[in-house]
Order: sequence, then structure tokens, then C-alpha cells
Amino acid sequence: MAYSLKKEVQKPERLAGGHRLCAGCGAGVAVRAVLRALEPEDKAVITNATSCLEVSTFIYPHTAYYDSYIHSAFANSAATTSGVETAYKVLKKKGKIKENFKFINFGGDGGTYDIGLQSLSGAMERGHDMVYVCYDNEAYMNTGIQRASSTPRFADVTTAPVGKEIPGKIQNKKNLTEIIAAHNVPYAAQTTFMGNFKDLHEKAHKAIYTEGPCFLNIMAPCPRGWRYDAEDLAEICKLAVDTCVWPMYEIENGHWHLTYEPKQKLPVEEFLKKQGRFKHMFKPGNEWMIEEAQKYVDEQWEILLKKCE
Amino acid sequence: MAKKDRMSGNEAVATALRQINPDVMGAFPITPSTEIPEYFSQFMADGEVDTEFVAVESEHSAMSVCIGASAAGARAVTATSSCGLAYMWELLYVAASSRLPICMAVVNRALTGPININNDHSDSMGARDSGWIQIYAETNQEVYDNMIQAIPIAEATRLPIMVCQDGFITSHGVSNIELLEDEEVREFVGEYNPENYLLKEENPLAVGPYGISPYYMEVKRAQAQAMKDSMPIIIQTARKFEDLTGRKYRFFEEYMMDDAEVAVVVIGSSAGTGKDAVDRLRAEGKKVGLIKLRVFRPFPRVPLAMAMCKVKAVAIMDKAEGFSNSGGPLFNEARNSLYDLPGRPYAINYIYGLGGRDITVENYYEIFNDLFIIVDTYDPGDVYRYVGVRDSRYDEGGFDHRTYDDVYR
Repeated sequence: MAYSLKKEVQKPERLAGGHRLCAGCGAGVAVRAVLRALEPEDKAVITNATSCLEVSTFIYPHTAYYDSYIHSAFANSAATTSGVETAYKVLKKKGKIKENFKFINFGGDGGTYDIGLQSLSGAMERGHDMVYVCYDNEAYMNTGIQRASSTPRFADVTTAPVGKEIPGKIQNKKNLTEIIAAHNVPYAAQTTFMGNFKDLHEKAHKAIYTEGPCFLNIMAPCPRGWRYDAEDLAEICKLAVDTCVWPMYEIENGHWHLTYEPKQKLPVEEFLKKQGRFKHMFKPGNEWMIEEAQKYVDEQWEILLKKCE
Repeated sequence: MAKKDRMSGNEAVATALRQINPDVMGAFPITPSTEIPEYFSQFMADGEVDTEFVAVESEHSAMSVCIGASAAGARAVTATSSCGLAYMWELLYVAASSRLPICMAVVNRALTGPININNDHSDSMGARDSGWIQIYAETNQEVYDNMIQAIPIAEATRLPIMVCQDGFITSHGVSNIELLEDEEVREFVGEYNPENYLLKEENPLAVGPYGISPYYMEVKRAQAQAMKDSMPIIIQTARKFEDLTGRKYRFFEEYMMDDAEVAVVVIGSSAGTGKDAVDRLRAEGKKVGLIKLRVFRPFPRVPLAMAMCKVKAVAIMDKAEGFSNSGGPLFNEARNSLYDLPGRPYAINYIYGLGGRDITVENYYEIFNDLFIIVDTYDPGDVYRYVGVRDSRYDEGGFDHRTYDDVYR
């Protein structure tokens, strides 16, 4: 059946409104979009690493989730999901559970690229039947916009600030999707909020309904950290994809597919200029920064195209 | 029908776990507890248990797997030692505050700094405030028996529990042991049927909230109440176990205490050496006794104080240094428990056995001798002492015999 956003949004919500996430935040959009890909008859247990998402959606005594939910700590969400999924296997075998459960794990980029990477790697290697979803906003937003390995070069963040001598973060962004793909998981993909959410929806559905450990990396911008106006969320995501800063692709059983190729690849400034965190790159004398950023994006894009051939 | 066997403490724990047949075990190798998951994996490989074993990539994940599995409605167990327990630290608190009855075999080993694989209690004593019940064993038989009692205690209190034994001394030392039949163990521990859990089909559950100031303190108060309420549950469980096996367990064991004038209080395998010293001194007509503490959390404050009050001077033994400059953790709590009692004895502390340093019968002679001197002179001297340490600077035993005025005036 053809994808229809109109139909999809008529499904019962699995994340209730009234949670405390900021206006213009990508995290809540990512969660709703992923959970829409669950078949309504299936039950789910959602795991959350400590994050903005966690402290905004489950403040005692209120939970925004209709499904069962567990948060345990920052570094261990994938291991926590491993435990839940293993319990399911045993209890199902013993006949104590009849219905189907799916296991969906949300972590921010700090809890995924950095402190939670070991736990995630372990869970992917062991092959638990789960989906790990990273909502990537490229810094530690919950603690106030600190640098992470997911932060792109030149971004102005509070532990790699722009100063007289140092132009923001020095290193390029870690490529986590490829790290997870190197675990030879059955499905790994990168996506964001584009148009009618078809790309995200289809990838989430595949990830949820492919047996074994699956991974989704969703660019989910943060208005406070990236310094954009709340209403610009969708536009920024589209620019990230059209400039090839955040390509949308998937790796299915070792096969790489580009799921979206921009008709016209836009210059990287188009993405950068919308955001306060890159403002200094546009000052006279800093043209080299934009050139460097463009060069890096071009190189990475070429490498990806080769993999997807 | 009990059957006799001989096995190490690790094999005894693994055997108890096989008989318990838990749903999920998450574990990571660390000396000296490694054999527990090894034995258990073999039981799995041979189809003797229904358990799913998750061979995680760290102890942090081992405890996380247990948290996830337990919250999901499964009976979850693990085993660890030393730095492995330290690596679990933050999650010990998560498990306790989420009221998950996880059962952990702790094979006590010194914490690194410098690295050392031998026994002391610095690992579990460091975790003493994490909200876990802690039960310690002197012998292989005790650790087997404690492991079986741990399951109903944890599940009745909804608190996680550590079943501790001394690394290498009991974990690898082989001794005779009496095992229960598998069916007897399964009947004793029963089925695990929690009231609420993540996988409950008819009613979803959310675990691990952001607990803001208006709620956080009530969570802690409830945990404190559960710890208090675990006292009668531990005794009821021990009585039930006694009916089954004839082996009696309480918060602590009193050895030759009825007419004792001085005594030591000690945890774990070192009580065996201590009892030997007591026997020999008794043969010389010296009225000495020993209290072996089994349950450290909850701390049996009142009964322990009553037992210590039978003597005139007591040496409280710590196999862990807390660097508080006022004695080890057992000393501070045991001595504190005496405060309200009018006829309280002198109470001094000995730090002993760190990093596997042997405590000998001669060391105990030295300690009992010190206690008799205190009784005779009415002078406890410095209450914070070491025994069995090799450094002439500390030959006095205590650290500083000068008064507060001498030093700080």
C-alpha cells in the first residue's frame, strides 16, 4: 500500500502531547515519526538513554508514552534494551507472554556516539532483536550545548567555543552510521525530516520489522544549540540533505543504497547560514572555513556515492 | 533429600543458580568470580537450565541487562568482583531505586590501586550505601545457602541483593558441602510473578522517571522503609530454610559469647581463623568470643549492640579501609550502634587482610591480648588500628596517640 502521511497521522498517537520538549525541537518529531511505523496491533517497550528526551517526556508522575518505557542511565540504554528483549524471549518461550512486542531504543547523539557507544556496540554484536534510534542534534544539549564527537567542525559549542585563536570545534563529525554498519547488522540507515516523512517512515518500518539489531540515525536539530527559529526546523533538515551535509541512505544486509539524491547539490553555506552556531564562518577573513567545510562534505559525498554504486 | 558433595564456593553458587533456574543472567568475566558464569554457561550448553545468558561487553552492561530484564518481569541474576562491581556503581542505585529484586553473587576482591586480585571487602563495602541488601558467608556451605535464601528475600522486599563470599578463600577453596535437591530449591524460591512489569500485556509500565524535588525524597524514604522491613523477612526466610535443612542462619552468629569477657566482630571467611583462635585461647582458660556478622545491609543495629554488650571490650574488624581517618565501615556502624546502651563495652577497630593479606591465629592472639589490656587499664588508646601490616612506622598499631590538644592547640 502506498505511503500516505495523511493516513499515517490518523493512527493513534504513541507519544502524547504535553511533554516538555522545546518548540522546534527535532527529538519529539523523531519519536512520533518512528513510533508511527509500529503496526497499531503491536506492543512496544521503549528504552531511553538519559537525554533531553528522557527528562522531558517522563517526569514523575507523568509519562508521555502509551507504551511501556524504561530509562536507566546515560551510557547503558542499548544494554538495558538487551535485558528487556532477553526477558521477552524467555517469558515468551515459557508461555507467560502471548502478544508481540517490539523494542525501540532512543538515545541522543551524546548517549550514542560517545558515552553509550560501547553498550550499543555490544548490543549490536550480540544480535538482539531491537531498533536503536539515535536522534542526532550534534551536541550535549541536555547539559547546555557541549561538544560531542557528533559535533561538526567549526560549530560554536560551549566546550569548544569560538575564540580569538580557535574557530569552534576543531575535528570533523564522527561517522556513526558507518561504525554501526561495520557490525554487519541487517539494517542501518540515516534519515531526517524530509517532506512528507516517507523516507523516515519507510526506514523506521524496515528497522522495526527486520529481525535482529537495526539502527537508525536521525538528524534531529535543536533550536537552542543550533540557534535557528523554531519554525525553520523542516527547512534546515531539507538543507542538510540538499547540501549533502546529511545524506539519506541505508545499508541493508551489506548493500548500500542512497535513498535520496538532490536534483541540484546546494553549496554548504545554504545549510550553515541558517544557524547561529556557524555565524562566525561568515565573517570577513573566515572564508577558508566555508571552503574547508565544503571540501569535507564533497569528499564524504563522493566516498558515499562509491559505496552506493 | 540432601546430598553431599565437595566443591568450590564458585561452583556452589553456580549450582545454586542452576537449581534456582533464573530467567536471565547477564555477566562479564572478572577474577575471582569468572567461574560462576563459566559453570553456568556449561549448564546452559548442556540444557540443564532455561535461562538466557547475555554475555555482555562490560559489567556496566551486565547490571544494565539485569535492570532491563528485571523491569521487564524476569528473574535476573549476575556475578562480579572488585572493579566489576565498581564499574556497575551508578546502576546499583538505579536497580535499588527502581525496586528491582536482582540477585548478584559478589566474590569479594580488593579494588585496584594497585591492582590486586585477592580478597578484601573494599568492593562491596564501597557499595554499602547503594540500597542493596548484603549478606556475607564464612564457608562454601554458607554461600550456597545464602544464594538460595537471597531470591525470596529480594522478591519479598523488592530490593536487590548481594550474596558475598571471599575471593579465592571460599570461591576457589574446595570443601565438603551439603546440597539440596533441585526440586527442593525450586519449591523454596517459588515462581517469580511480579505485580507490575514492562511486558505486562494488559497494563504498560514506565520505569526510571525524572524524579524532581517534590518526589525524589519520597522515593528514598520508601527505599529506607523497605530496607527496614527486610529485617523480619530475612529472619522468616532463614527460619523456613532451617526447617528444610536444619542449618540455622540469623543476622550474625555468636561463637562462645555467653560468658566471654572480650570479643571480636568479623565478616566472612576470617571468622574461621578467629574461631580457631578462640578455641585455643579458651583451652588456656581465657574467656574470649567471636561475632560473625552475616547481614551487613540492613545493619542489625540493635541485636548486634545487644550481643556486643555481653563483653567488656570488643575489636571490630574491617577488611576494607575507608580512608575516613576514623576507622573502617563496619567499625563506624557497629560502634555507633553501642552509643545508646549504658553498659557499652570499649570498641576498637582493626583494619586487616587488605589485598589478600592473611590474617593468622597469631594476629587474633595479638588482638585478644590488646583487648584484655584495655579491660585491665580502662584505656582504649587509639581505637583505629591495623593488624598484620609490615611497616615499622606503624608498630604502635594505632596512628596517633597524641591528644587533640597536643596536635591542634
